[in-house]
Amino acid sequence: MSEKKTNRRDFLFTATYAVGAVGVGATVWPMIDQMNPDASVKALASTEVDVSSVNRGKTITVLWRGKPVFIRRRTEDEIADARSVKLEDLKDPEKDEDRAKNPEWLVMLGVCTHLGCVPLNDKGDYNGWFCPCHGSHYDTSGRIRKGPAPTNMEVPKYEFVNANTIKIG
Amino acid sequence: MSDHEYTPSSKFGKWFNDRLPLLSLASHLTDYPTPKNLNYWWTFGGILTFCLITQIVTGLTLAMHYIAHADMAFESVEHIMRDVNYGWLIRYIHANGASMFFLAVYIHIFRSLFYGSYKSPREIIWIIGIIIYLLMMAAAFMGYVLPWGQMSFWGATVITNLFSAIPLVGEGIVTWLWGGYSVDNPTLTRFFTLHYLIPFLILGLVVLHIWALHVPGNNNPVGIDVKKPSKDTVPFHPYIVIKDTFALLMFMIVFAFFVFYTPNILGHADNYIEANPLVTPAHIVPEWYLLPFYAILRSVPDKLLGVIAMLSAILILAALPWLDTSKIRSAVFRPLYKQFYWILVADVLILGYVGAMPAEGLYLLVARVATAYYFLHFLVILPVLGLKEKTLPIPLSITEPILGGTANLATARNKESSIK
Amino acid sequence: MKNFLRILSLVIVFLAAPLNSYAAEKVEYLKTDWSFKGLFGKFDRGALQRGYQVYTEVCASCHSMKYLSYRNLAEKGGPEFTEQQAKAIAASFDVSDGPNADGEMFTRPGKLSDKFVMPYENVKAAQAANGGAYPPDMSVLVKARGGGVDYIYSLLQGYEDPPVGINLEEGVHYNKYMYGNKIKMSNPLSDGLIEYSDGTSATVEQMSKDVTTFLMWTAEPHLETRHQMGFKAIVYLIILTILVYFSMKRIWSRVETKV
Repeated sequence: MSEKKTNRRDFLFTATYAVGAVGVGATVWPMIDQMNPDASVKALASTEVDVSSVNRGKTITVLWRGKPVFIRRRTEDEIADARSVKLEDLKDPEKDEDRAKNPEWLVMLGVCTHLGCVPLNDKGDYNGWFCPCHGSHYDTSGRIRKGPAPTNMEVPKYEFVNANTIKIG
Repeated sequence: MSDHEYTPSSKFGKWFNDRLPLLSLASHLTDYPTPKNLNYWWTFGGILTFCLITQIVTGLTLAMHYIAHADMAFESVEHIMRDVNYGWLIRYIHANGASMFFLAVYIHIFRSLFYGSYKSPREIIWIIGIIIYLLMMAAAFMGYVLPWGQMSFWGATVITNLFSAIPLVGEGIVTWLWGGYSVDNPTLTRFFTLHYLIPFLILGLVVLHIWALHVPGNNNPVGIDVKKPSKDTVPFHPYIVIKDTFALLMFMIVFAFFVFYTPNILGHADNYIEANPLVTPAHIVPEWYLLPFYAILRSVPDKLLGVIAMLSAILILAALPWLDTSKIRSAVFRPLYKQFYWILVADVLILGYVGAMPAEGLYLLVARVATAYYFLHFLVILPVLGLKEKTLPIPLSITEPILGGTANLATARNKESSIK
Repeated sequence: MKNFLRILSLVIVFLAAPLNSYAAEKVEYLKTDWSFKGLFGKFDRGALQRGYQVYTEVCASCHSMKYLSYRNLAEKGGPEFTEQQAKAIAASFDVSDGPNADGEMFTRPGKLSDKFVMPYENVKAAQAANGGAYPPDMSVLVKARGGGVDYIYSLLQGYEDPPVGINLEEGVHYNKYMYGNKIKMSNPLSDGLIEYSDGTSATVEQMSKDVTTFLMWTAEPHLETRHQMGFKAIVYLIILTILVYFSMKRIWSRVETKV
């Protein structure tokens, strides 16, 4: 077999393999993507909540994307508590002003950042939340203060549509 | 399998192979000596493996979204078709894949009938194949019930009622199959469970089918025993692998055309109407691949005998290696058998055609004649033909066909093409 | 190889023969050009939007469309209303929701994620309001009828006075394309019945075509993607088949056997 012939054969086989591999990839993708959130799930990505009946010092829990969201109307004391903490005392330094744009309302995912349990209201050493699973303590801004959780409870994207309605997502 | 010893070159390979001889197995599969004169009818084994894997993979993904409940099944299928990412594609591949699977299996079976692949020493391969075919029919039938459309519901009702033909215990069996007094939610959930199970049984049987094949090796168009390995054989890889791939790709083009351009043509419009126990569709028709047997069922005027006839039509195939008394395998050297073979093909196609038609008048008459001929072929023609037929002389080797043999013999062409 | 292909195609033709006879209706349907047929078929956006108008203003008072959501109206490959338009359409419907904090159901304006509002609470209510006949859900109607779009298109234009000798009961109408010719739905369309917002003249023929196009989309919302993907897939397969064919020829050239 001449050298030229060998090269041509190699090229043909390489091209066949390459084109075949592209096809396999294109076929595998739909089988993987079908497990991603479908169109009806994505459509529910935002939810609107009427908060007019929530009194100061109370928390309501609503479901958003299958997870609990805490909406707390904080008292003046709680706000003062949250804003007076020094950043260097925090495990995950974050200002309360950044977490609650409107200081009266704290909106955050009610999911412990340790392993995903739902923390309890008005519990723990910092008068905020306490996770019963592995003992994480959160303050009145939902920031981690003690225990195994690595970060503060997450604040989702939300906005006030009007004075009484919060749109989450 | 032990016709050559394989020793891995690497130390780790040897260590591993001594404990679990996977590398020996891989080596056996790649080197497996295959007759080099296999024609394209022999590529359908590979195509069928592809069909089975496609059905399992798409089926698994569909099962992630499907809800097996009488109130939600239809809706969940619509959810798959509308909202799930690529759901429509996966479902259409699965639905049309069943038809493609049967198309391939029929070609595979009729190839075997033509070239006598069921004969000694390959009887076990053949019988395993028949069991696979029966399981395929069961899986396809139960799969068709899952969308819970009108045809699903009434198809399930009609087919399960076949068991009521059994004397004494029939009614009890039907109630047991249903889990109630009609086809309903309990029936749907158990059909889903079994529909999920059967493909894996088939997969196991396919392994046995191939294992049993690798003991005597492939039959070939000439039908004579081939010395292995020899100049009459080629290693499975790359020769057969590339040829099977080529045939598979052609098959996939047809498959893709169905999936993308006429995805519903093989189904029935009534199955897009949600199941309604109060209204039966005007014509109940099974999927096309079951039509010949449906025709046999309807051509017998007695309920029990009809069911028996239909079952016998399939089970008779298992006895085929002993019904066919001819020692010659390939129809190429059996001029009379060849003609009867094509008559049988036509007979089955006719049965399929009348199975789709209403069972009345001329259609019923044709169905009865065709049914009678079907049994005649296997029970009378084949045994007698094997004893009486004058066969053509058989070549000694597939590369040395005798002169004056049949003109269209695959082997006869080898000489010409080798000059190229 | 040639022999093989010849026999194979023959068998396929044979197998296909009984398929055509599935739709055993011998009626010749009215024909029109459907933009969504063929290898590159796409929907006519104008027809889809007008068809939606016919559906809401005429059909929706009896026929549900339970598998569709308002968000679908703005999705690619459909009528492609803008998101604002689709939101406005959704908001024009009252959707029942709840229970609220007091445990009571309430109604609110529709959202994009809501399913199309149904004209009746359930099948029984629909039957009671329509003289015992259930107006079928229209989501997959086109796929649920043997004649498909041609059948629906013809049916809408098939109302006639019954031929002499046929007596119709109260509430039954004569339609020459209906199976058995008797239909409980009264003629839904008449020229100028609605006023198209794009100024198209609302003839019965135009409305039939538009609403049928719309129903084809509701039954096959991914039809356009399917056609586009199918073309690419088949072209790809042909290219790969050619490459594999030459690879095969080269590999088999090592032995003296033709493939």
